[in-house]
Amino acid sequence: MSEQRKYYKGSSDGKAPSSADPLEGVAERYDAIVIGSGLGGMTAANVLGKAGRRVLLVEQHYNFGGLATWFKRRGGHVFDISLHGFPIGMKKTCRKYWNSAIADSIVQLDGVRFDNPQFCFDTTFTAQDFAHKLETVFGLERARIDAFFAELRATDFYGDSGETTAAFFERHFPGRNDVHRLLMEPISYANGSTLDDPALSYRIVFGNFMSQGVYTFAGGTDQLVKAMKAELERQGVELRNKVQVEKIRVEGGRVTGIEAHGRFIACDAVVSNASLKGTVLGLVGAEHFTPEFAAGVQSVRLNTSSCQVYLGLAKGESIPFVTDLLFTSTRPTFTSEALCDFDGESRTFSFYYPKTRAGLDRYTIVSSTNARWEDWSKLSDAQYDAAKRRLIETTLLELERYVPGVTHKIEHTEAATPRTFQFYTQAPEGTSFGTKFEGLKYSMNIHDEIRGLFHAGSVGIIMSGWLGAANYGVIVANKCDAWLHALLEVHA
Amino acid sequence: MNREEIILAIKDIITTIAPDEDVGSLKNDVRLREQIELDSMDFLDIVMELRKRYGVQVPEEDYKELATLDGCVAYLSPKLQGKVLKVGV
Repeated sequence: MSEQRKYYKGSSDGKAPSSADPLEGVAERYDAIVIGSGLGGMTAANVLGKAGRRVLLVEQHYNFGGLATWFKRRGGHVFDISLHGFPIGMKKTCRKYWNSAIADSIVQLDGVRFDNPQFCFDTTFTAQDFAHKLETVFGLERARIDAFFAELRATDFYGDSGETTAAFFERHFPGRNDVHRLLMEPISYANGSTLDDPALSYRIVFGNFMSQGVYTFAGGTDQLVKAMKAELERQGVELRNKVQVEKIRVEGGRVTGIEAHGRFIACDAVVSNASLKGTVLGLVGAEHFTPEFAAGVQSVRLNTSSCQVYLGLAKGESIPFVTDLLFTSTRPTFTSEALCDFDGESRTFSFYYPKTRAGLDRYTIVSSTNARWEDWSKLSDAQYDAAKRRLIETTLLELERYVPGVTHKIEHTEAATPRTFQFYTQAPEGTSFGTKFEGLKYSMNIHDEIRGLFHAGSVGIIMSGWLGAANYGVIVANKCDAWLHALLEVHA
Repeated sequence: MNREEIILAIKDIITTIAPDEDVGSLKNDVRLREQIELDSMDFLDIVMELRKRYGVQVPEEDYKELATLDGCVAYLSPKLQGKVLKVGV
């Protein structure tokens, strides 16, 4: 973690190097230090603050929010990074762990559309509408559809059979690649999971979406994070950006504090919202764990990363309403691997209309594909630039099919790749969806290895995405709070 | 706290977690999840509130003891002995 980092100039096109001491005025000791301000880290910090703990939240980037973030470009363009769409459960989570103003700003998307060689339609993305489509578009018997949704509702985390998602689909809809595509594609974009991942994690995430459709924040990610920062400050949480933590210090099997910018800050607990591998093998160091645990973390597989293309319409330009979320592919059939196609035959378009940011009369479109680190990491600078240009060009061509003439209205184009995600988040291999399922147990049991150490990063697919990340922050904050309470009892 | 106070304490915590639910008509011997909309995150909130308000620790393996109001009374009685009821916090 100590090697020199490369920074771009200025804060608009990279991470600005800090000229002032980012830790100025920070106390010598806290009850808990949260490393990383993704939704999991921020929610954990807020819950601990509400519980009356003294909390320091440090973030390496200048923006808070992790991948729930945004950026601005010349010409008045504001781009949201995370795919905007989460289950209704986010409303309850925000009301309970943030505040009712944040919860009330959550609104349902007006439209979700699929368009691929197997099927094309608009949907509300609810169990009711999916059942209707499965019957009328896909021609399935009602009893078969009902059996599928009945099993989905009966999902039990503790009754896992180890079945894969592919086997689960095949059991309910044998040989129906088109149905598998409908059920899998949106979830793959939401959390990076594939047909080979456990049916259990699929069922939990898909079941959450199916309850009432897809929701987003009115006002954009910048407004959301601003509101969350204000709430954290109300709870007395000390917030610091541009802080690169170098070490989580451990003595006698117990966390004693963190090292950053040549300073040691003491604490009784650390909640790491950094990546699982970065936390165990980097910030703490494998030598502080039992060999089995360290080796286990080493062998945890990562989910894929992403490519995104950001397209900003010039001021005064507009497009008619198409849909909010468009899952599109030119591939004749579905495979999970195809979602990582280097040449982007499959992608999601997120359309942002003036309704997203009231008062700012602007249109932007963000295209997202899943992507593999190894496809992008080995390119030379010239190859990399050419690949990014090609990605933008093919994206515009595809978009023209849905919005004819849009290319001439677009003023700003920009591409992000796994290398971009790695640079901004410091996640290994730029993973935008954390670890595969097996990472969950290491994240949940880390406190058994080192007392006072907790992890709330994206792990195990279900603890990823907006709702999973926020709820996991609460689960981990509860464990951390119990540890802090137990320490006080010992002192008393 | 006596039996009535413990039930009141739990009902007051539930009111803050699920403000739309009517806790007045809750039966003591029926599972809470069968009477009102409470998910696993809500039970976590009950545990966190018990710690915050009364300093009571409920380890994960004991969460199942809180399934009914009667269960709460049986499990929490020894832990809440000598503690003062706090409502509307």
